[in-house]
Amino acid sequence: MATDIPPPVQGPTAKERKYDRQLRLWGATGQMALENSHILLINSGPGVVGVETLKNLVLPGVGHFTIQDSAIVSEADLGVNFFLEEEHLGGYRAEHTCNLLKELNPDVEGHFVTEPIEAFIDEPDALQPYTLILVTAPIRPEILTILSEHASNALVPLFYIHSVGFYSHFSIHLPPAFPIVDTHPDPETTTRDIRLLKPWPELLQFARAKTEGLDTMDADDHGHIPYIALLLYFLEKWKEEHEGQPPLNYKEKTAFREMVAKAARSLEGGEENFDEAVAAVLKSLNDPEPSSAVKGLFKEPECLLVKQDSPAFWVIAHAVALFYQKHGVLPLPGSVPDMKARSKDYIELQNIYKAKARKDMAEVLESVRFLERTTMRETPIEERDVETFCKNAAHIKLVRGRPFHVVQAGEKVQWGDRAKSLAQSLAFPDSLLPLYIAFLAFDEFVATHNKNALGGAPKMPGEDHVEVDTEKVAGIAFKILTDLIAEGNTPLEEEDFSTVETKLGEYVKELVRAGGAELHNISAFTGGLVSQEVIKIITEQYIPVDNTCIFDGVRSKTAVIQV
Amino acid sequence: MAEATSGAGVSESRARWKYLDNILHRPGPFTDEEWTPGEPQIETLSRAKILVIGAGGLGCEILKNLALSGFKDIHVIDMDTIDVSNLNRQFLFRHADVGKYKAEVAARFVEKRVKGVKITPYCGKIQDKDEEYYMQFALIVCGLDSIEARRWINATVVGMVDMQNPDSMKPLVDGGTEGLKGQARVIFPTMTSCIECQLDMHAPRAAVPLCTLATIPRQPQHCIEWAHIIAWEEERKDITLDSDDPEHITWLYQKALKRAQEFNIPGVTYSMTQGVVKNIIPAIASTNAIIAASCCNEVFKILTNTNPFLGYPGTDNYMMYTGDESIYTYTFEHMRKPDCPVCSEENLARPLQVDANSTLQEFLDGLAERPESQLKKPSIRSEEKSLYYQFPPDLEQQTRPNLMKKLSELLSDGEEVAITDPAFPLQFKYKLVFKKG
Ligand SMILES: [Zn+2]
Repeated sequence: MATDIPPPVQGPTAKERKYDRQLRLWGATGQMALENSHILLINSGPGVVGVETLKNLVLPGVGHFTIQDSAIVSEADLGVNFFLEEEHLGGYRAEHTCNLLKELNPDVEGHFVTEPIEAFIDEPDALQPYTLILVTAPIRPEILTILSEHASNALVPLFYIHSVGFYSHFSIHLPPAFPIVDTHPDPETTTRDIRLLKPWPELLQFARAKTEGLDTMDADDHGHIPYIALLLYFLEKWKEEHEGQPPLNYKEKTAFREMVAKAARSLEGGEENFDEAVAAVLKSLNDPEPSSAVKGLFKEPECLLVKQDSPAFWVIAHAVALFYQKHGVLPLPGSVPDMKARSKDYIELQNIYKAKARKDMAEVLESVRFLERTTMRETPIEERDVETFCKNAAHIKLVRGRPFHVVQAGEKVQWGDRAKSLAQSLAFPDSLLPLYIAFLAFDEFVATHNKNALGGAPKMPGEDHVEVDTEKVAGIAFKILTDLIAEGNTPLEEEDFSTVETKLGEYVKELVRAGGAELHNISAFTGGLVSQEVIKIITEQYIPVDNTCIFDGVRSKTAVIQV
Repeated sequence: MAEATSGAGVSESRARWKYLDNILHRPGPFTDEEWTPGEPQIETLSRAKILVIGAGGLGCEILKNLALSGFKDIHVIDMDTIDVSNLNRQFLFRHADVGKYKAEVAARFVEKRVKGVKITPYCGKIQDKDEEYYMQFALIVCGLDSIEARRWINATVVGMVDMQNPDSMKPLVDGGTEGLKGQARVIFPTMTSCIECQLDMHAPRAAVPLCTLATIPRQPQHCIEWAHIIAWEEERKDITLDSDDPEHITWLYQKALKRAQEFNIPGVTYSMTQGVVKNIIPAIASTNAIIAASCCNEVFKILTNTNPFLGYPGTDNYMMYTGDESIYTYTFEHMRKPDCPVCSEENLARPLQVDANSTLQEFLDGLAERPESQLKKPSIRSEEKSLYYQFPPDLEQQTRPNLMKKLSELLSDGEEVAITDPAFPLQFKYKLVFKKG
């Protein structure tokens, strides 16, 4: 018989086998995005953290990478950089790190530039091929300013990274609107929207059919009623006794839970479906109200005013906002948690949710098409994108990218609209903001010191004179600190101020102790963090750091702050 | 003469270690007042023997990091061979290495890349080695994917501690990852919380009940588990299932797909079949890099005292990491459990709530899933008698009838039992407290 012939098996391709463990995270679309990207690393200093970052991008199969680095391989490189060998001494670091990185994955194209950064960046369109740029400190502020302007104008994500001794930092300059649809919410901590308080006719009908004659049902049937049907049945009963209102507050919900629990038949081992119903009461009996983040999204200017060339995201967001205005809920995601039930009943329930989700999606799609016509959009938005948006609507995230600090010699560091909240956070015992300030002071030192009188490479604090440099950097750091407090207009208590000052002094001391050295462990750690963020940004999946991450390798702690 | 044969050793030029030496030669604001910078620390780095357990995703990173932290004498144990699915993160391996031993290839690669480091591989199980072997190391770093192996080495190093001999206390630094999450922790055996104390932080996933698989599947995974556990047993029980054999996976996939079609369940794929059968955990280079580097940073600080480290008694000893929503770490002190079956001095029995009406068989099955026990092949005895023994065979046969008896027939409320499992070099004591009502 034809139906007995097993379906032909398409075993995994060689590529799927190699990338199996990551495809289970970001899927084929994420992989494709990764393969279509071209990362530029502008390398400097001991040059390890950028190369370690690239290692973690070459392995999963980034399309292209380019290393700009004019340094010559020295003996000191061999003690800290894994992608250099003895025979490379005296050669270009860009060339040899590039070649050894390429060995990791034959699918990846690697390129290198040995020209000094000043010359490289001066060429017209030098930065045009790259989809994302990584820059490591030390770097001259003029160069960083050019890169920052490019990031703003070309909407190319830019990372600025420090790894010095036991400390590291990176800031990300993302485009001003960076939306993520596929945020991968944690299934264990997020509650699924199953609409118990806003059921639609088909769902109610299902619940009624499954609970008909509940009291006289035989044991096997009774123990297999899907808990969603049970809860809907008891909600109807509750409403009859409470003037049509569902249980609203904690007290009522607990009473409702009691009512459900009592209805279970007392068998040995209890009834699993009733246990599930009882466990779901507090989590699921909530109005499916969108989060403030999602409601905020609907009020963003790009969402309110859709134009001919608006990115697809905003057109769909506008359509979903219309849906929300009309129905008071987001489109139904359409998935159902697993529950004790007979196969047939569960599949039926699944189909009821899916059908409703499709109906909601069709309504959103219709608004999208209408918007396309009224704005005279040239290329239609893909139906698949509308579908993904609707499915993930409750968890959509918008990051507002902005430039990070570029410390200019002799100029005050500006904190703008974030000054107040940052100044307030200074006194928190776990705050790593003082370490960030120490890095800014490090940058100001670099901006004003050269390796030799004729210019040459920038000099880092502590390379030769630890004590003198510590004092200099501490002086700059204390000034940045008091400026921040003044700008934020939030004076600290004297005691708090002196604690913060002591902390800042210690961070500066430890930072200068390294004399600009990278420790391999700290650079490997930071390279891990940065590459992970690069992958999130390229694949537009998960939620990236917004916008600065600091690592204290003395205490093994990280912090993310918005500057 | 030892000097001449130890290769580069202490006498090599320090030009290569210029950056590291800034840290080794300069005190910092957090270094101890008694700390002597310079020569003694360089000496420690070159003499300390470090054992790395695991040469997989974490292990490759750990070996690289230790070699570039200045350690010279590193040993590595791993029993596995290289698979093509390792290449997306285990960066010491190339396509041509598929099928070779991980420990061997990794050791040779790092030795070639970082001159002056000696890496001694052992391609086998950690259980092959005895206390004398483990005693030679200054410190042990674990990059493992199995809880059993971690618990075994933990119990072994705790058991090795001899209060009269400070050298018998081997710090254990342990890393673990899963997708974009991970943890790094430091254990000073008998002084700080051990892996067994922390077992409930890593609860196993609940298994799907057999009756669901057999009669009411609802998810594609249920159909795959059915093919895996039931159909294979019924139709191919003479063939040992090899989850690396594509023919076997294909057979299971087709079985599962057919069953799914019968029940109208969508979503069975080849990749999902492989994932369920092999219990695949997603793994990427970046998370491994983060966790391995965190472990090695602690190793470096512990042995050189260049800064305070995790695990110093009374301070933080555990760093939890998640990277899927921004970056979040939580570093804290995990407290010792006074009733830890491994590290508690009194060897107190840990109370365990049980249903007096459940059978001994049900109780033993449950031990595999309880977060605080996770024992898969338990043998059990009460204060009075042997209740069930997995071996030797005649004792197994003798005690087997007890499996069907209720706990209340075999034990009194609050009675202590001792449980052994071939995976662990110790016995677990529990006090079985009957559930009320
Ligand atoms: Zn313990």
